[in-house]
Amino acid sequence: MVSSAIVIGAGIVGAACARSLAMAGLDVTVIDRSTAASATTARGEGNLLVSDKAPGPELVMALAAAKRWPALVRELADELGDGFPGIEYEPKGGLVVATTEDGAAPLLRFAAAQRSAGVDARELSVAEALNLEPDLNPAITAAVHYPQDAQVHPVNAAEALLASARRHGARVRQNVNLSGPILDANGTLLGIATNEGELHADAIIVAAGPWSGEVARTLGVTLPVLPRRGMVLVTSRMPKRIFHKVYDADYVGAVGSGDAALQTSGVVESTESGNVLIGSSREQLGFDDRLRVDTIAQIAAKAIRLFPFLADQAVIRTYGGFRPFMPDHLPLVSRDHRMPGLWHATGHEGAGIGLAPITGELIAALVAGAAAPCDPEPYSLARSSLEPHLTAVA
Amino acid sequence: MSEVLVIGAGPAGLAAARAASDAGASVVLLDASDALGGQFWRHLPETRPARNEKYLHHGWSTFRALGEALESSPTVTIIRSAQVWAIEVLDGVAVHAMIGEPDGARRERRVFRPDALVLATGAHDRTLPFPGWDLPGVFTGGAAQALAKGERLAVGERVLVAGAGPFLLPVAQSLTRSGSRVIGVLEANRAARLARGWSPRPWQLLGAAGKGLELAGYAAGHVRHRIPYRLGRAVIAAHGTDRVGSVTVAKVDAQWAPVPGTEHTLEVDAVCVSHGFTPRIELAIAAGCELTPNRFVAVDGNQRTTTDGVYAAGEITGIGGVDLALAEGEIAGHFAAASATESVSAPPTAAIRRRRVFTGFAHRIEAAHGIRSGWSGWLTDSTLICRCEEVDFGSMRAAAVATESESFRSLKLGTRAGLGICQGRMCGRTTEELLCALNPNRELSDGAVSDRRPLASPLRIGELAHPSSQNNARKGTP
Amino acid sequence: MAARMLPSEKDPIGPEGTATVSITVDGHAATGILGQSIAGIIMAGERLGFRQTAKLDRPRGVFCGIGVCFDCLVEVNGLSDVRACQRKASEGDVVVTARDPQPRGGAA
Repeated sequence: MVSSAIVIGAGIVGAACARSLAMAGLDVTVIDRSTAASATTARGEGNLLVSDKAPGPELVMALAAAKRWPALVRELADELGDGFPGIEYEPKGGLVVATTEDGAAPLLRFAAAQRSAGVDARELSVAEALNLEPDLNPAITAAVHYPQDAQVHPVNAAEALLASARRHGARVRQNVNLSGPILDANGTLLGIATNEGELHADAIIVAAGPWSGEVARTLGVTLPVLPRRGMVLVTSRMPKRIFHKVYDADYVGAVGSGDAALQTSGVVESTESGNVLIGSSREQLGFDDRLRVDTIAQIAAKAIRLFPFLADQAVIRTYGGFRPFMPDHLPLVSRDHRMPGLWHATGHEGAGIGLAPITGELIAALVAGAAAPCDPEPYSLARSSLEPHLTAVA
Repeated sequence: MSEVLVIGAGPAGLAAARAASDAGASVVLLDASDALGGQFWRHLPETRPARNEKYLHHGWSTFRALGEALESSPTVTIIRSAQVWAIEVLDGVAVHAMIGEPDGARRERRVFRPDALVLATGAHDRTLPFPGWDLPGVFTGGAAQALAKGERLAVGERVLVAGAGPFLLPVAQSLTRSGSRVIGVLEANRAARLARGWSPRPWQLLGAAGKGLELAGYAAGHVRHRIPYRLGRAVIAAHGTDRVGSVTVAKVDAQWAPVPGTEHTLEVDAVCVSHGFTPRIELAIAAGCELTPNRFVAVDGNQRTTTDGVYAAGEITGIGGVDLALAEGEIAGHFAAASATESVSAPPTAAIRRRRVFTGFAHRIEAAHGIRSGWSGWLTDSTLICRCEEVDFGSMRAAAVATESESFRSLKLGTRAGLGICQGRMCGRTTEELLCALNPNRELSDGAVSDRRPLASPLRIGELAHPSSQNNARKGTP
Repeated sequence: MAARMLPSEKDPIGPEGTATVSITVDGHAATGILGQSIAGIIMAGERLGFRQTAKLDRPRGVFCGIGVCFDCLVEVNGLSDVRACQRKASEGDVVVTARDPQPRGGAA
């Protein structure tokens, strides 16, 4: 009988896991080596996207998440009341455009495949696209509207999930450093040693995002999760002129790419506060967080290609974050078959905000032995695509 | 020839540029303004020269000498209207600047890769929030001085100056010399603390002779204009609909908490409030320089920061006034040049001696006038803390209590305090302190600081997208 | 009364230079002395409030005067987010002070 859990990592994925586990009746402790919702969670755009996902297991999870979010937002609002910072859930929809002649056909093929997998993907004429986004560059070659795409305030959503977890009995302990595993003679994980003493639980869930590899190593196993850096630009606030999440179809290629070199694509959306967020970039630099002006300059150029009026708008801030990615680009939501008692919830790359609720519910179901919200096999550590990456010994 | 780049043309930057040039380096001096002098020596534009500009300034002849030396030097390039917006530290230090009118849209984007860099970015006023501080007619002391010195504009006819620190006196003087009537200067600290710090009258008992003369001059001005100088009092609210019409003044205790029952109202048409200074350290942080526990740029005896080839001088290493800034600038420029040219020359012993004297002055300013925590007693739930995003104290407390967050980053993103276009320059440190006090454990522990701004200034997206012209070091070498 | 220019003839520092610069502010002609900031010209016209804020619709004007608070933002020749205290007026500048743009009330 599993009755207690420790979640390592208080970002949005850890918060969602903690809430679901606590609601399933487990005694839950969340630890974070720093503070909640302040690393990867605080450095993204708050995407809940189906549009960028090809048919396959990640899209299955994304569709389930898209369905789950509206009810979750209501549940959290009911639980936490008006005083809590708003989650700003906005089902604004996505608009994906091709900006080159060569890019049109692949976008339309991609959308057709998504439709057959259950995505609401509506092919638009240029005139229809301009009707949705009057300030869009009319020189686009194809456009697809995705009404299921949405946005949330990622930090407030994570804090809300964590506050809800606390209301269901979870304890959140910040600034606690993991120092090693507590194992029995058979190698079963019984707990963890920290700078604040030992903690014991039936299930230990690693939800440390891009740092999950480091945490796993401390516990004695390898985990092939790596950081990929993404930068975002924030404009000064302006009257609303951008109504959807609008991005260049080459973003889809960048998301799925295993290339370590810098890739940028135009991704533009407004926020409730009036600031426009501009992405995106993907670079493999380890945990190097130094500013690279060339990267943000490329992002700026691609944003102007989508919305020429942005050229005269002021950018006031830039921030970057590390997204956790697996070598096969699929999330990892699984027990660790190599170490009983150990579980993982990571590897969502840039989709962790959107996929967090389903990830939490899946982990809770697996840990408690309940019915899973979706088929867990594709997210298992034992999947064949990860086999070559698990051979190294910690 | 090895190149030293100096950012900021106030007292520290001018002294650094001069010393680096004297030590044999080629110097590029950048400033966001179109004139030399910084905020301290802000003066009328070239199109409106004044016969008697020195009447408004302390050390005007020093400024003129520095400016003339730099302008006439063949190895010094002064680039005005240069807004540095980023420092990149990849292979060495790259300084990114936009050259052109402030907040323009088609400025020239340039990149400098100097052999050594001197940061002399100065400080700006820190004003603590109080009810009504967002009303037009409420100014920082710096605003009153900038408009008085830079345009001969008086911010009001009947003006109250309030806050803390010896720099309230020159503010009052600038006002009276520009046609305002200053009805009083209110210093929040009480006599006992000032006496412990240095003296109940800051223009007396100064070991630093020059500083003593400077402040004695202001004191004489006070006497002549019969401006009351009151201790242990603060402006705790400003009132008006479209502009300030009156303020509430109260006695404050030793911790700056307002004393109930001592409030009274004064009619004013402007009020200038400054409680100290915030160093402008975003470029130093971008350059990777470590900070001191008090959040100034950490430097060694040669004004060298913890980043190779990067030096710092003036208010960003500690609030100490013009004389300390000049001494530090000279030392920084000298050693920056020595590092750039890889040469050794005699250390600037006179400047080093002056630095020692005036560093004591800086410590005494902090001891006597530094901000005390009781000030939050004059806040109400509807008092704005973040002016840009209009975040009030009540909603900030609600978020802190509801989330129990110990993360400054999370609370900032959740409340939006500090996310506006000023990027927390006005409210950042105040927000940090208030959120820390509101946390159940009195702690913010994510290590995030409001001073970190990788973009040191807004720029247009089109400017960012546009390619830059490179300004490589060692220009002129065959 | 409030803010006002000190007339050169009464000024103890004796400024010279009398060239003027003319701009429009919200359609009204305004004249300053060449070299003045847009903020200075607006304030010398006895106007302290430059805009109404987005959320609370409150007046806001120059606060820091040295380019760090961004409270004095105006639109100049069609370009938004220009700090009036930092930008020197150029002949013929069309300055628009406005309600601070925000699509709707932002998160508290």
